[in-house]
Amino acid sequence: MPILETQQLSYVYGEGTPFEKAAVKNVSLTIHKGEFIGVIGHTGSGKSTLVQQLNGLLRPSSGRVLLDGKDIWAEPKKIRDIRFRVGMVFQYPEHQLFEETVYKDISFGPRNMGIREEELDRRVRSAAAFVGLKDELLEASPFEISGGEKRRAAIAGVIAMDPDILILDEPTAGLDPRGRDVLLAQILNYHKQRGNTVLLVSHSMEDIARIADRVLVMNNGSVAMFDTTRAIFARGEELEEMGLRVPQITKIMRDLQHAGWPVSSGVLTVEQGVREMLKLLKERGESHG
Amino acid sequence: MVRDVTLGQFVPGKSVLHRMDPRAKIVLLLAFIVMLFVSNNFLSLGIMTAAVLIAIGCSGVSLRLYVKSLRMILFVVLFTAVLNLFYGRGEPLVTLFGFMQITANGIKNSVFVAVRITELILISSVLTFTTSPTDLTDALERLMKPLKVFHIKVHEIAMMMTIALCFVPTLLEKPDKIMSGEKARGADLESGGLMQRVKALIPILIPLFVSSFRRAYDLAMAMECRCYHGGEGRTRMKSLHLGTLDVSVIVFTAAFSLAAIACNIWLPLGAAL
Repeated sequence: MPILETQQLSYVYGEGTPFEKAAVKNVSLTIHKGEFIGVIGHTGSGKSTLVQQLNGLLRPSSGRVLLDGKDIWAEPKKIRDIRFRVGMVFQYPEHQLFEETVYKDISFGPRNMGIREEELDRRVRSAAAFVGLKDELLEASPFEISGGEKRRAAIAGVIAMDPDILILDEPTAGLDPRGRDVLLAQILNYHKQRGNTVLLVSHSMEDIARIADRVLVMNNGSVAMFDTTRAIFARGEELEEMGLRVPQITKIMRDLQHAGWPVSSGVLTVEQGVREMLKLLKERGESHG
Repeated sequence: MVRDVTLGQFVPGKSVLHRMDPRAKIVLLLAFIVMLFVSNNFLSLGIMTAAVLIAIGCSGVSLRLYVKSLRMILFVVLFTAVLNLFYGRGEPLVTLFGFMQITANGIKNSVFVAVRITELILISSVLTFTTSPTDLTDALERLMKPLKVFHIKVHEIAMMMTIALCFVPTLLEKPDKIMSGEKARGADLESGGLMQRVKALIPILIPLFVSSFRRAYDLAMAMECRCYHGGEGRTRMKSLHLGTLDVSVIVFTAAFSLAAIACNIWLPLGAAL
């Protein structure tokens, strides 16, 4: 069942000025309930502009965004309700923390929704648990915790609104490798437990290959490809033309295959690569022994 | 939005005025402003108007930008002009509502005020359009040097101005981002009464202050890493020189000013009317 659809969506910055620039051109796509979508594209390809239209932060210059089949701009006064249903985590979300305590900051979103008392407390605590924030941190000031913790607190602030669709714009940018892995695992875990739809914008092909069901590739404001992760990363050369690339392990395995080794070309993660290599070694071992 | 502000915007170019010494430009601007207010009859004001138009022509900046910068203060011009209309002395020509009197003197004042303010904006625009902010503060620092006698830290003031100007674009970008972030969490910035709106600004202002302070610390650190320690003994990458170009523009302006003063003296106040 499609939960989110766009029809001929276009967005023009500075319309009617000499600096006019079409950032998104004629994008039509369908996203189904419970999908995990990866969004990739080089800098300036229109990814951020596209996702900001999905929750009504930007109003499309033309075209429509349909949430559950209804145009989100049908009643402009109720756009806030759309923003609660389509949660958006911006790049460097920790820059928007402002409350006295982490707890209060996480509760800002749900409180704006009108949620109070026990339900509010439950949401804040479960959101904090999802991103792995310890209880004692909830009473700390968001300005005295570490950078990674700030990031988690900011993401928890959106998760606490319990959106049907969660959009994350480069949530792992600037985190150390371990922090990235942990955060991605938490997002995936949240997605699996809640069964909600997730859109993840990222520059890391490895991250996308690891967790996305389908991948949307943006190029110059248009949809270049939108297919299953495996199908997208099978088109390595086209991706490279767009200034993108495939995960390193996919490339290594493909090169091995070209060199005549009987390995699968659809390898997306290091774990799959290891399995392929072990299988190969075992077969060779058997044939030799 | 905020980014459409034309007043005080530098337009890169290679015109005569772009190549001039910024110090000369600032001094001449001051002279122009004084002359605009000294000119007390239509002929002398006309001479100054001609000078302003010539300056605009020499600046090589499109007329559209000047019109745009005027549009922003159109209201101020109209407001003061209308106000002056009713504050003239002498015999009333027309009386409105029994107490508002328009006199010949009032009309003259009102035209004068409108022309003066318009030219004031135009000539200041010539300076800011043709001079980069760094050149401008550099020149100001040099011109204010004598103030050191009064223990005023001229270099520090100029440095603060340069930094402030440099960071305007960055600081304009930040609130947009923070606002989107808070709106995504349901912050309501568009409706509600005054108190509610002021309260709604808190989630924007706090992160803005925090990020500005952080940026300031980073910048201070970066400057110290490059051994910045104030103005003492600092040499310049670009040293300013007064050239023949500057001298000729100064002579040109002086000639116009003298002509305007001459008109003031030989055509007594109000004689043109």
